[in-house]
Amino acid sequence: MGLFNIMNISGTGMAAETVRLNTTASNIANANSVSSSYEDTYKARHPVFAAALDQASQDQTKGVGVNVLGVVESQKPLQVEYAPGNPMADENGYIYKPNVNIVEEMADMMSASKAYETNVQVADTTKRIFRRVLQLGQR
Amino acid sequence: MAISLDKLVGTHHQALQVRTQRMEVISGNLANANTPGYKARDIDFNKAMKSAQSTQANSSMVKTHEKHMSGGMRSQAELDFRIPTQPDTGDGNNVDVQVERNAFLETGMRYQAGLMLIDGKFKGMKKALSSGGQ
Repeated sequence: MGLFNIMNISGTGMAAETVRLNTTASNIANANSVSSSYEDTYKARHPVFAAALDQASQDQTKGVGVNVLGVVESQKPLQVEYAPGNPMADENGYIYKPNVNIVEEMADMMSASKAYETNVQVADTTKRIFRRVLQLGQR
Repeated sequence: MAISLDKLVGTHHQALQVRTQRMEVISGNLANANTPGYKARDIDFNKAMKSAQSTQANSSMVKTHEKHMSGGMRSQAELDFRIPTQPDTGDGNNVDVQVERNAFLETGMRYQAGLMLIDGKFKGMKKALSSGGQ
């Protein structure tokens, strides 16, 4: 049934945007956490989106949903700060801060919430139309 | 004389089917608004309607393996890529959310208009069957 496919597709969109909001929340929450080694430091995470083409051709649908292939850690260099007074400082007096760019994350958050909203509106419109179909010929 | 319900509804149900498909494609575009490399697609209503009227039966090939692609006759025929409005967005994605939202809204309205037409036909038939609504 075609109208249910629309619900499924907007559902995949909502799920994907939720993952993006989730990683953004995690990035912002950990933006100021420090650690004493390069490996232990939090690195910014970002989801990788891809169109779910396999599923679309299997289900004979025309619309294509979205898949989250995975979450990758940012490869940008970390911020290394000289702070010998910090209890987390290593033997040379350096602390390591995450490579999270707060401004970038905020923009990402806005984009994700707008995209989520769009998907909700698509599902809402579909629901209203479906209700009209069910009432066909009743009044 | 038998009453044919098929003739009563006419081509409206095919139109609704095509509209549903178009809404499906557009909802796919909106879901993939942030997917790198995704290209927006759309259905040409004219072509889709023609093929819907000509091929009633959906002929699809037999699949003997799960990796086989489904080779329907009219599954991809009317799908086309949208002409991008800006040359480069940085990640190869050319979904214009505003355009897609308007297209979705428009298709939804047209779908509802089609429903109202069918509803009117049903109402007329009901009236005829109940001898003038008594």
